[in-house]
Amino acid sequence: MSENLPEAHGASHGTDVATHGDPFADPGLPAHEPRRTDIDERAAKRAERQVSLLFVVSMLATVGFIASYASIDADKIVYIFPLGHVSALNFALGMTLGVALFCIGAGAVHWARTLMSDHELPAERHPIEADDDVRNDVIEQFKTGAAESAFGRRKMIRNTLIGSMALVPLSGVVLLRDLGPLPEKKLLHTGWVEATANKPIKLVNMNTDQPMKPEDIVQGSLTFAKPEGLEESAEDFQQKIAKDALMLIRIAPEDIKDTKSRDKGFEGILAYSKICTHVGCPISLYEQQTHHALCPCHQSTFDLADGARVIFGPAGHPLPQLKITTDEQGFLVATGDFDEPVGPSYWERPR
Amino acid sequence: MKKLSARRRHPLAAVVVLLLALAATGGLYAAFAPAEKAQADSSAQSLAIDEGKKLFAVGCSSCHGLNGQGTSDGPSLVGVGSAAVDFQVGTGRMPAQQPGAQVPRKKNIYSQAEIDQLAAYVASLGPGPVAPDSKQYQPSDDPVTNAEQVAKGGELFRTNCAQCHNFAGKGGALTNGKYAPSLEGVDAKHIYEAMQTGPQNMPSFPDTTMPEEQKREIVAFVRHTNDEPNQGGLALGSLGPVTEGLFGWIFGLGTLIVIAIWVAAHTTKAKKS
Ligand code: FES
Repeated sequence: MSENLPEAHGASHGTDVATHGDPFADPGLPAHEPRRTDIDERAAKRAERQVSLLFVVSMLATVGFIASYASIDADKIVYIFPLGHVSALNFALGMTLGVALFCIGAGAVHWARTLMSDHELPAERHPIEADDDVRNDVIEQFKTGAAESAFGRRKMIRNTLIGSMALVPLSGVVLLRDLGPLPEKKLLHTGWVEATANKPIKLVNMNTDQPMKPEDIVQGSLTFAKPEGLEESAEDFQQKIAKDALMLIRIAPEDIKDTKSRDKGFEGILAYSKICTHVGCPISLYEQQTHHALCPCHQSTFDLADGARVIFGPAGHPLPQLKITTDEQGFLVATGDFDEPVGPSYWERPR
Repeated sequence: MKKLSARRRHPLAAVVVLLLALAATGGLYAAFAPAEKAQADSSAQSLAIDEGKKLFAVGCSSCHGLNGQGTSDGPSLVGVGSAAVDFQVGTGRMPAQQPGAQVPRKKNIYSQAEIDQLAAYVASLGPGPVAPDSKQYQPSDDPVTNAEQVAKGGELFRTNCAQCHNFAGKGGALTNGKYAPSLEGVDAKHIYEAMQTGPQNMPSFPDTTMPEEQKREIVAFVRHTNDEPNQGGLALGSLGPVTEGLFGWIFGLGTLIVIAIWVAAHTTKAKKS
């Protein structure tokens, strides 16, 4: 087939003129050059041996993989020159598996390049448009169809059609909406909601699991807190802490710019939600000199000295602040929930 | 009057004077002796304070003021305590090489004795966190206790430190050019002091919210991650997805493309071989 292609190719242009006067005549395909393995049986045999050697090496490497898995102690550390001290097991596993996969690939490539059939197979490209007859016919038919439907004349049909087409995508919205229930009231409140003036909830230090007194929180310090009674061993701990987590800082009261925020704190101790109001990453990159808290996810920055106002980044609103006070024994407590939902915005969020 | 003056020298007058003199001496001794004794005890301390004051005048007073009261170029040092001095000077951060968003770590030019003197002087300005001794920050030598400390420290590190310093302690960026430095190769003492005092923009973790023992556990964990042998593979700075992604896209994909081009472009013709 390939021998007669050049002529067929030239013939498809239809005229002799093109090949004659055209300085850039279609050169056709270059003559086929045989590979050494095509003409020399010994070379072919050698290539065959090389390919199978690669496959055998791959098999050996796989066996080596299994052997090192079974025999090397997981704690063994060895020194290997450019890498330094490495785990012997991981090094052996990576090396053997790497060699096994590489040899299969290399063998396959070598096989394809030296031994598989080497005939050039051109695939011709044609213009994709239909020829003129067909196109005229289609345009003709379209016009007749439009005329017969009287689409332009019957306005009512036209308008209702447009209306129905516009509405159809709504079914998609409904289907997507069906993907899950709305969060309902679940995001409105956190675990602090159970605190009341009569039954306050103590703030418990995440490090020590102990309640804290105001004098424990010194200026410039950062402390993470959870509500008393929320145990790390509890099954739903992760779900609850995702809303309840607090960061406690202390700022000299005269440095707090937002009076509402100062009143919610206790002697300059402020308790902010740790959950970013952008998409809910935990933020606690607190800079004690500037009182800025940075969110590592998208760099939202909150000024904790100014009611956690957003001073940079995509977050939509300030971090909610929990009102804190002390109980009779002098421990820091909350007497109610945040007065807005913590975390990112959602449609049903009250504000 | 006359009678009095006539009898001016009562036979017991000498005794009375003697008693009065004894009482006065005793009283004076009682009033002054304890103070003198205390001064004698801390003479080494006061010597250190004096030496420290001299070093301070040369190295620190241009920013922090002649008496450490602070100026527009540097904060007041009253109440920062000896731990902060030991950290800032010991890591070479102070004296600062230039003002800016962050004072970087550099080579320390003071001897430990000089640092102690400086620290003694600054501590004398007002009470503050005291530089720890090695019992406070050195993790246990016993392998079992040490392993326990590392495990607990890891948890504490992830709660309190990882947000800024990265889960492997490699550091990370903050706002406006500030950054949390890498903890690699940092002295156990300096890690402890940083938690104690909250240098620069790092918040502090005082003993009231993070007891001494927990600080020691965190030190144990940081030590452990520092010395941990490579488990195989390229760590790429342990910085996480950014470096790994960059490496994968540029080197991984790039190599594959190069190989694909080579395989396709290079056919083995008889005349070439
Ligand atoms: S989640 Fe905090 S900035 Fe995006």
